[in-house]
Amino acid sequence: MTEPRHSRIHWWMLAAAGLVVLVLAPVASSWPDGLERVAEDHGFIDRAMTLLQAPIPDYLLPGLPGSAATALAGLLGVAVTFFAVWGVTRLALRTPRR
Amino acid sequence: MHIPDGFLDPRTLAGTAVMGAGAVGYATSRLNRELDEGRIPVLAAMSAFVFAAQMVNFPIAGGTSGHLLGGALLTILFGPWAACLSLTAVLIIQALVFGDGGITALGANILNMAVLGTLAAYLTYRLLAGRATGFRPVATFVASWVSVVVAAVAAALELALAGTLPLRVALPAMASWHALIGLGEGIITTAVLAYLARVRPGLLGARPSEPAKVTA
Repeated sequence: MTEPRHSRIHWWMLAAAGLVVLVLAPVASSWPDGLERVAEDHGFIDRAMTLLQAPIPDYLLPGLPGSAATALAGLLGVAVTFFAVWGVTRLALRTPRR
Repeated sequence: MHIPDGFLDPRTLAGTAVMGAGAVGYATSRLNRELDEGRIPVLAAMSAFVFAAQMVNFPIAGGTSGHLLGGALLTILFGPWAACLSLTAVLIIQALVFGDGGITALGANILNMAVLGTLAAYLTYRLLAGRATGFRPVATFVASWVSVVVAAVAAALELALAGTLPLRVALPAMASWHALIGLGEGIITTAVLAYLARVRPGLLGARPSEPAKVTA
């Protein structure tokens, strides 16, 4: 097989993800993304609404100053994604084959 | 290009939700034959990396920004079905926890980015790289670019179907901005895979997008 079971590469990848949210996410561009730009140019950006009150809106952990709010929200997201994908794929692989 | 609530009408939302759910269900059923259990931790870590990279908007031009989608990156490393499930998980977490992408538009966002984007990356990569293994920089770059543009075109079609923006306006507008953002996707994906291929050739040595062989 390609990857030895006890390889440690996933911890390095996780560390890289942590570094990205700590160092790069706080200095990310705040310009509108492609879809937002199209929505602004063509006058339908105001149709956007928030139906679900997310616990960490806009990747800012409430109650913290700017950069720290982004970095910690990012760390939380990295951790949640890591465990969610691990859990879901493990469950998916355990379901019987058709 | 996460579609927020309010941009699409109920009919388009329902249609895309059904298609998205069906595709993710199919991807789950294919995972058994494709993903080696030993690679689950690497897939989980790469998914976390894609989540992180999606937070980093890079400026492109004219006051517009873009960020990595990661569909090609995940597809080339783990195949389209694992990539689809991984990106679906990322999109669900973004919508539920961070309010990025509408909760009613979740199906559309999954369909565009996790399903169509990854399939486009897979087909492009297979077309260009064939059955070759190892790091293929040109195939990687092109597959990354195509995945972003295909997802954007799908979003444009949905905006048109919903009556939000006529197709003759939505299509060129979405395609042109994302043709630029796709260059960033290509650069980041190619750089990350080039690095991984150097430090851990085994990750890319395996057939990137074929079902795992039952016997060695």
